[in-house]
Amino acid sequence: MTGKETTPQSEIIGGRTISKLEAWLGTDTYRMLKGLVTNPISVIGLLLLAMFVFIAAAAPILAPVAPGADPYHIPRDGYGSVPKPPGADWTHRQPPMPFWWKAVTGHDQWIHLMGTASGQWDIYYGVIWGTRTALFVGLSITLVGAVVGIAIGAISAYYGGWVDMVLMRITDVFMAFPFMLAAMTLSAVLTPVLGKGIFPPIVALMAFGWMGFARLLRSDILSIREREYVLAAKVIGVRDSRIMFKHILPNAIFPSLVLGSMRIGSYVITFASLSFLGIGAEVGFADWGQLLSFARAWMTQLTEYWYIVIYPGTILVLFVLSWNLVGDALRDVLDPRMQGSR
Amino acid sequence: MEDSKVVSTSEHLLEVKDLTTRFDIEGGQVYAVNGVSYTLDEGEALGVVGESGCGKSVHALSIMRLIPIPPGRIEKGEVSFKGRDLLKLSDDEMRQIRGKDISMIFQDPMTSWNPVLTIGFQIMEALQLHMGMDKVAAHARAIELLELVGVPEPSLRVDDYPHQFSGGMRQRAMIALALACNPSVLIADEPTTALDVTIQAQIVDLVKRLQQKLGMAVIWITHDLGVVAGLADRVNVMYAGRIVETGPITEIYKNPRHPYTVGLLGSLPSIGERTGERLFSIPGEPPDLIGLPKGCAFAPRCNYRTERCWNETPELEEVSPGHYAACWEKDKVRKMQ
Repeated sequence: MTGKETTPQSEIIGGRTISKLEAWLGTDTYRMLKGLVTNPISVIGLLLLAMFVFIAAAAPILAPVAPGADPYHIPRDGYGSVPKPPGADWTHRQPPMPFWWKAVTGHDQWIHLMGTASGQWDIYYGVIWGTRTALFVGLSITLVGAVVGIAIGAISAYYGGWVDMVLMRITDVFMAFPFMLAAMTLSAVLTPVLGKGIFPPIVALMAFGWMGFARLLRSDILSIREREYVLAAKVIGVRDSRIMFKHILPNAIFPSLVLGSMRIGSYVITFASLSFLGIGAEVGFADWGQLLSFARAWMTQLTEYWYIVIYPGTILVLFVLSWNLVGDALRDVLDPRMQGSR
Repeated sequence: MEDSKVVSTSEHLLEVKDLTTRFDIEGGQVYAVNGVSYTLDEGEALGVVGESGCGKSVHALSIMRLIPIPPGRIEKGEVSFKGRDLLKLSDDEMRQIRGKDISMIFQDPMTSWNPVLTIGFQIMEALQLHMGMDKVAAHARAIELLELVGVPEPSLRVDDYPHQFSGGMRQRAMIALALACNPSVLIADEPTTALDVTIQAQIVDLVKRLQQKLGMAVIWITHDLGVVAGLADRVNVMYAGRIVETGPITEIYKNPRHPYTVGLLGSLPSIGERTGERLFSIPGEPPDLIGLPKGCAFAPRCNYRTERCWNETPELEEVSPGHYAACWEKDKVRKMQ
C-alpha cells in the first residue's frame, strides 16, 4: 500500500475532520450524537424531553405563584372535597394570573386549567411544578445509583478475587429484597430522620438502585479486559490503573449509560407509586404521584372526574416514555459498535 | 542492576533457558510450553514456526510475562535479557522493560487498537511512559514514527481513530507503536496472518528494512515457513510446546532433519511444481496439550517412527554446526522431493 493508493481515503477523512464539532467531541461521541438526532425514535424522545425541560424551566411563567409562597406547595381553591372540572373559575386565594393568559385567551379571569382534585388542589399547578420534582427525582436517584454502582462494579472487576466476591455478594443481598417493599420500608424508617417529604423516598430508592449498574459494568469490564487492545496496552508497559481508566472503562461504560437513561423514567414511576401510597411527598406537594393519590377516593367515578387522573397520568406516561425512547435509541446507536462491526 | 538479578554474563541479548509454561484447568493442566531454550543476539532475526497450538505465542507471552496468572503459570526456566532474569523482576521493573526494551505486535491489527482512542494517543502513551516526553514532543515523534512505517500524510492521520485506518495501515501503525521507544527486541506474533497477501509482503519488507535500520532483534512467530524464509537468519521449529529443530534458515530449508519440519516444507507450494498435484499435508492433528504422551509428541503422525519414539523423548542434538534436531531417526530423515 503506497501513498498514492491511500490518498483518496485520507482526503475523505480529511474532509470529515474538517467538522470542528466532530474534532471537538471526538469521533465516537459525535457518531453517537449524530445517531441520536437522526433516529426518529430518539427524536420523538428528545422532543418530549425538551418539552419537559422547558416546562420545568418556565414553571414560574407557566404557573406563577404569589410572592413568598412555596411554589412546590400546590395552591388550593378552598377545601371542598368534590373535584372541579377544567375551566372552573378560581374562587378562593387565587394565585397571580400569568401575564400571557389574557393575551392568549382574552379573559381576565384565571381558571383551573386542568380542574381541581379532591380538596381543591389545582391540577395544573401540580403538573407544571411536578415536572421539576420529576426531573430532580429521576436524575438524582439515577446519578447517585449510577455513580455508586459504577464504582462498585469497577472496583469489583479491577481487583477481582475476594474483593469481587464480597462486593458481588453484597450486591446479591441488595437484589434479594423485593425492590418496592425495600424502598417503602427504608423510606418509612428514614422519614423520622430526614423529615417527611421527598428526601426519604429518594434516599431509599438510591440505596436500592445501584445494583443493576454494578453488575452490568462489572460484566462489561470483564469482557473488555480480554480484548487484544488491552493486551497491546500491557505490552507497551501501561500501568494497570491507567489501563483500567483509559483503556477499559471508556469502552465498557456505554451499556451503563443506556441503562441509566432507561432507569430515570422507571425511578420516577416508582417514586410516584410511593407518593401514591402516601410514603413519598407530603400532601399538597407538587408531585405527580401525590397528585394522583387525590384520585384514590374517586376511582369509582372516573367517568365524571376523569381529569383528576388523565392529566397527571398522561404527563407521567409521557415522561417515562421520553426517557425510554432515548434509552432505546441510545442502545440502537451504540449496538453495532459493541458487536465490533465498524 | 542488582547482583541478585544478574544470572549470567553471556553475550547474548536474550537467552531463554528451559522455559516451561502450564495452564491449570479443571482436572489437569495444559502443557503449553515444555522446556524451550534458545538464544537471540543483537540484530538477529529469529523465526519461530509451528502450527496453531504448538505454544509459539504462549512462549512469547511468557517472555513478556503477560501470561494470565492464574490459570497460567511459568513453572520453571529463565529468560535472561541483557543479563537480568525477566522472570525474577518485580511487576514494576517488568513494566519498564515492556514497550521500552522488548516490544510486541499482534496478529490482528483490527482488534489490537483501542477503538475509542486515537492512533496518535496510543503511540504517544508509550513515548510519554518510557521516554519522558511531554505531549507536544510525543505528538511530533508519533508523526515521525508513522512516517517511518509508511503511513501517508502522517500529520493528518495521527489524530485519526483506528476505524479510519485500513488493515494494512493499522498494522503499519502498530509497528510504529512497537518501535516508538527503540526496543532492542521486537516480537512479532503472526503479524501478517490477518492481512492480504500483497500487504503481507509489504509488512515483511517493512520490518526487515526497519530491523536493518534500527539494529533491533526480531522474533517472528508464524505458522508459515514461507514468510520466515525471506526474513529470518535462524528458525526454531516448535511442536507441542518444544523446539524440535533449530538452525540457520538455509540449512533448515535445504537439509531438514526433523520429520515435522519436512512435513511443513512439503506443505508449501513452490514455483515450478507440477500442476494438478495435491500439496502435501501432515496426517493427523496436533496433539492435545492436556496430558502429553510419553515419548516423542510427533510420533503418532510420523512416518519415521520406531518403537523407541513411543517411549523416549528425544532431545535436541547437533546435526551440523548450529543445526540441531530432536529426533531419534534424524539421520534417516530427508527432505521430500
